Amino acid sequence: MNPPTTHGRLRKAPENFLDAQGLQTARSELRQGRRGFIEKAFATALAATGGTALAQTNPVASDGGDPNILILPEHAKGLGLGVATDGYGKPSRFEANVQRRQSPGLTQTTQASVSFAPLQSLFGIVTPSGLHFERHHQGWWDIDPSKHRFMVNGLVKKPMVFTVDEIMRLPSVSRFHFIECGANTAVEWAQVAVPTVQYTHGMISCSEFTGVPLITLLEMAGADLKTGRFVLAEGGEGSSMTRTIPMSLITSGEVLVAYGQNGEMLRPENGYPLRLVVPGVQGVSWIKYLRRVEVGDQPYATKDEAIHYMDLMPNGMHRQYTSIQECKSVVTTPSGGQVLLDKGFYNISGLAWSGRGKVKRVDVSVDGGRNWRTARLQTPVLSKALTRFNIDWVWSGQPAIIQSRAMDETGFVQPTYAQLRKVRGSRSIYHNNAIQSWLVQESGEVKNVQVA
Amino acid sequence: MSKWLKTAAAALVCALYLSVNAWAQSAATYPGLGRTATAREIAAWDIDVRADFKGLPKGSGSVAQGQDVWEAKCASCHGVFGESNEVFNPVLGGVTAKDVARGRVANLARDDYPSRTTMMKLSTLSTLWDYINRAMPWNTPKSLQPNEVYAVVAFMLNLSEVVPENFVLSDQNIAQVQQRMPNRLGMQTDHALWPGREWGAKTTRPDTANTACMTHCATDPQVASLLPDFARNAHGNLRDQNRLVGPQRGANTLVADASAPTSAAGPVAGAGAAGASTGAMGNTKAVLALLGKHNCTACHGVERKIVGPALTDVAKKYPDQADILAKKIKNGGAGVWGPIPMPAQNLPLADAQAIAAWLARGAPR
Repeated sequence: MNPPTTHGRLRKAPENFLDAQGLQTARSELRQGRRGFIEKAFATALAATGGTALAQTNPVASDGGDPNILILPEHAKGLGLGVATDGYGKPSRFEANVQRRQSPGLTQTTQASVSFAPLQSLFGIVTPSGLHFERHHQGWWDIDPSKHRFMVNGLVKKPMVFTVDEIMRLPSVSRFHFIECGANTAVEWAQVAVPTVQYTHGMISCSEFTGVPLITLLEMAGADLKTGRFVLAEGGEGSSMTRTIPMSLITSGEVLVAYGQNGEMLRPENGYPLRLVVPGVQGVSWIKYLRRVEVGDQPYATKDEAIHYMDLMPNGMHRQYTSIQECKSVVTTPSGGQVLLDKGFYNISGLAWSGRGKVKRVDVSVDGGRNWRTARLQTPVLSKALTRFNIDWVWSGQPAIIQSRAMDETGFVQPTYAQLRKVRGSRSIYHNNAIQSWLVQESGEVKNVQVA
Repeated sequence: MSKWLKTAAAALVCALYLSVNAWAQSAATYPGLGRTATAREIAAWDIDVRADFKGLPKGSGSVAQGQDVWEAKCASCHGVFGESNEVFNPVLGGVTAKDVARGRVANLARDDYPSRTTMMKLSTLSTLWDYINRAMPWNTPKSLQPNEVYAVVAFMLNLSEVVPENFVLSDQNIAQVQQRMPNRLGMQTDHALWPGREWGAKTTRPDTANTACMTHCATDPQVASLLPDFARNAHGNLRDQNRLVGPQRGANTLVADASAPTSAAGPVAGAGAAGASTGAMGNTKAVLALLGKHNCTACHGVERKIVGPALTDVAKKYPDQADILAKKIKNGGAGVWGPIPMPAQNLPLADAQAIAAWLARGAPR
């Protein structure tokens, strides 16, 4: 069985619009900030919509039929493979391009690094566990769960230790939540730096997590929930990551000591056998390989609260303990680095989320933010989980700038880059939730751009 | 009350009693799960040091001792003066005696200052002690003795103009040194990005307040930023990073932008069916796995210099000298490739020999 050599039909080079030289000129005009090009293009695009008959993307072959229909393929005439050929099934061999990836040049090592989830290729709201983004500070481990322990100490009546068996015997809950790195979209604070949604937004994933509410374990240890307003969570691997968690979030029952992810155990890269789930809060707080929580009356000023994961403000002050991932969205299809197959109908689709609760509404613009339409939210719409949105679009073949703008149940509306930079400047690394723009060029190629 | 009713009422009471009883039992406790942690267990794991130095073990270390530890265990990644940008961001530099007096690092307010070092950002000395103690050296974390941690911290503080060259840092004087941290007044927590009220932050509103304008919005779209053409293929060929079926294909970034999209790609080479190498190839694969397992690739690229030389360059220098190479891997070395020494490596001899044999054969791919 060989992979097919042709796939679908790609749109031909744009004719009667601009030749290579013309495009070159147009792009250099763009770089010089001349708005005329884009405005004219939009005017043309507007005039062109409606009425024009578009080319058929799947035309009838000259001999009266598609050979894929007329000639029966091998798989329709032979015997296929048997059950359990693969004890743990894998994606189709045609899906090999769908991979998590490092961003070249971002880090010098693979152990203190990031891999980004391929959002451009995902459907719905669940991230397949093998494509979940990774962030390791000192490498990942596959830890023997029979030797892993979980400790509760600090302001408790009785410091306790639990085996993983014991944690898994306790009453459990399963909940869908997104996890987003505080540094997602970090490289775009000042200007466009990377080409695709995988690299701009791929440090987010969403899974169904199964585990025990941390409050259950704290109550078993007799934690002082009044004086103990802060909880330190600590990992068991080399970096022994530590973060301060607010007790109010724990007493709400939202914070989980999780062992399950999408129906199976956590993946080693995601903290097997135990990780903390802190809904709505940036990923660094979701301590992997969780070995200990300590109840205290003060915050802990850990490495990732006092050196990294702080927001540098324009006046040179750092904001410490910034944790909530505010309302954000991004169109994943079409998105940067893709080429539209042809003119005609497209389902613009993307993801929206908020660390403050449910997504209430998502609006989409195809003209760079001048006019907006409200997208359809796909169920389920869950608190602090990814929400999928879709909206119809007929591409006329003219340039377009696609944006999405999410609103959460608090009424907060996702900001523009201008609004965000006005307060936070452009030197921050973390918590960039600005509206993303994708320029669809007349060639069908989509580019990551920022509009002003 | 009829006999039937009496019976029914009794049954109901009984059922209620049973259900209440069962509920109370399961909600109150979880018998048999978890046990009391022993003092030894807590001492082994409870290593965190808080900003008020709660948790700090007793001990001391001098700047001079710190320099020795630094050069042996830290300099290979962070540079002799903590200035290196080769593996991690620089940890030292960017602070002045003026900052020490003021408690704010002036360079953090400058747009044109090229880097933000650890010492520029750090406000709490406890953090530095805790971080080094729990997570450094990078490939052998938790291997330093408390006195070594004190010494390394003292050395870093000396290079940052916080303490003099003859200083001995200890649990007794660390709180006073905290009062000289260059960025000790550089933090604020009055923001709406903490999910609780523990700070008593005055700010409860988010930073921005966009509105959901729907038509004829003020925006006049101009493309203000896009990737330059020379960076088109900087993230690899985007054609191979998109699915082969669906509404779009990945752009072929090996060809210039203005040309028409070319036909879509086959699957990524090597990612699918191709594989199962044999003979010398298999050897290479096994060695590459060892290089990853023992973190050699943290400092050595196969064909690229990182901190240490590219492995292909090492291979060129020591053809057919597997024994020497194995010794150099085990014992470390200095002076051949530049000022940064290679520390001795703690790996099984057989693994060192396998890597050395591969290098001696010219590091074939």
